[in-house]
Amino acid sequence: MSKPHAIVIGAGFTGTAIAHDLALRGFDVTVVERGPIASGTSGRTHGLLHSGGRYAVKDQESAIECIEENVILRKIVPEVIEPNGGLFVAITEDDLAYKETFIKGCEDCGIPVDEITPQEALRLEPNLNPKLLAALIVPDGTFDPLRLALSFAATAKKNGAVFHLFTEVVDMLLDGQGNVTGVKVWDRTNNTRYDIHSDIVVNATGAWVGQITKMAHAHVPISPTPGIMVAYDRRLVNRAINRLNRPSDGDIVLPQRRLAVVGTTSFSIDDVDYVPIDRQQVELMLQRGAELIPAIRQAKERGVYMATRPLIGASGPGRSISRTFKAYDHKDLDNVDGLVTITGGKATTCRAMAEKTVDIVCGKLGLNIPCTTAEVPLASYRAFYD
Amino acid sequence: MWKITYRIRRQKGDEASHYDTFQVEVDPEEYVLDGIEKIWAFEDRSLTFRHACHHSTCGACGMRVNGVEKLTCITKIKDVTQDGGTLTVDPLRNFPVVSDLVVDLGPLYRKMEAVHAPPVHPLSMTPWEGEDIRPPKEVPTPPEGGEYIRLPDCLECGICISACPVAASDPDYLGPAPLAAIQIQGLEGHPELLALADSQQGVWRCHSAFECSAVCPSSVDPGWRIMDLRRQVTARRLKTIIG
Repeated sequence: MSKPHAIVIGAGFTGTAIAHDLALRGFDVTVVERGPIASGTSGRTHGLLHSGGRYAVKDQESAIECIEENVILRKIVPEVIEPNGGLFVAITEDDLAYKETFIKGCEDCGIPVDEITPQEALRLEPNLNPKLLAALIVPDGTFDPLRLALSFAATAKKNGAVFHLFTEVVDMLLDGQGNVTGVKVWDRTNNTRYDIHSDIVVNATGAWVGQITKMAHAHVPISPTPGIMVAYDRRLVNRAINRLNRPSDGDIVLPQRRLAVVGTTSFSIDDVDYVPIDRQQVELMLQRGAELIPAIRQAKERGVYMATRPLIGASGPGRSISRTFKAYDHKDLDNVDGLVTITGGKATTCRAMAEKTVDIVCGKLGLNIPCTTAEVPLASYRAFYD
Repeated sequence: MWKITYRIRRQKGDEASHYDTFQVEVDPEEYVLDGIEKIWAFEDRSLTFRHACHHSTCGACGMRVNGVEKLTCITKIKDVTQDGGTLTVDPLRNFPVVSDLVVDLGPLYRKMEAVHAPPVHPLSMTPWEGEDIRPPKEVPTPPEGGEYIRLPDCLECGICISACPVAASDPDYLGPAPLAAIQIQGLEGHPELLALADSQQGVWRCHSAFECSAVCPSSVDPGWRIMDLRRQVTARRLKTIIG
């Protein structure tokens, strides 16, 4: 029997991880991406390799996914990760009152958490607000967004996956019953249009999934929810610094190379392709970031940017929606066969998202092939350009 | 809001390149890349360009803005033009053009592999704050022992190669970023890199134009590092002679 052929739409974290998983499970894989690798939400992510601490109180399903995947990513792709841990820091009495709830949440989810003295915290991170009242260590990390996606893509490519970048899906190929049999694409590098046929199409377009499902007369409930991030020109911390409290605006400061990045916010939008910056939110990042790391006020603003989270569910306040992910078989949802959509989730959980999606794909095609991505080390991100 | 003109170099397949112009309304506080993305979103969906992180950590969006190499994601529009002005955007030089502003950085990545440029390294190896070039004297260490790890300063963006006059004439020249990666590792601890550093394509090919250091967006200062690497190569040669 010839290999089954899968088309993956989207080359962000999820799409590249799916391509890698499909290739390992023996599929012929074609990835189509309208831009370069990780040019949507993935590239613009904050870069926090979550321990799960952030979600340990209110969203334990996501927290458990995060800690499990955190451990796996450290093992399979160490060369894009700063594995330096993270601190949750209490600055106010209100923060301090949250400490026991937080520790209990972490314990419930299996997230290792250790309290250290404020003096030890200041030794580890001299730029912390010296007025801190408490500090907890969790196994957070930080990662380079583009290189994480490139590592998955490079490994997929080594295993035979073919990437068509700058190639946009303009329509679905449908059979007489409305089932998906492939895609019509426009290669923007040479202005050609052609069809690609496949046994299955995987829609891994994150905040853009609605544009693809619409072409197949199918739908998924998602709420594109952007957040702003501000990069400052000094590496003021060497690990993730989180505010010890309920998730809120501007409560995380991360190192990226020689930068410190403060994020983020949460709001609703109409057009996913272009989200302008609101200067008031930039001011808020400075103010909130400086509560954790006062020296941010002495640093220079270097970049302001926005990423749009693909949160699952109909519109609601962004902070209250779970960060978990969901894969949909449109046969069940809309009686459209041949199309699977994956969305929601976090960068940290992209490998698990791929595993779940490819399990559904295998199930649909009557294949019983186990997932091995948790054990297989990824190739160098540089190999994508070979 | 400002009204400005983007003059963008276009090239598809084997056709000859030309410039297209777009009038755009922009906030002068926005970055050159935001304007390009706006043109793609609202004016011309066939425009291709590289980008990912939008805050100068990934190195994808290097282009020439008014003839000078820039990471377009951190180059504010107000710093490179004025209201009613024109911005000319070209792809990086010294790399094959794939389409419009997209170049193939493959040759650089292969050279970075050849010099074993570490994708992550101990915190103590390069500066982590301010503008200094030398590694810090004291860095915090983990309570459990060992060293903290960080991603290097070099983004592998190709900007230094684009600006380098020698790279323009000799595609085999290792170039600023790969030579800087040898210097950071040090020949003392990595004698296996001596042959490459000391070769025809190595440190002696550099003409000390320092264009690389002028355009590097990430404080690597490759020009200084190449000079330091020459010193390291000479020291090792002397050692061999003296014994």
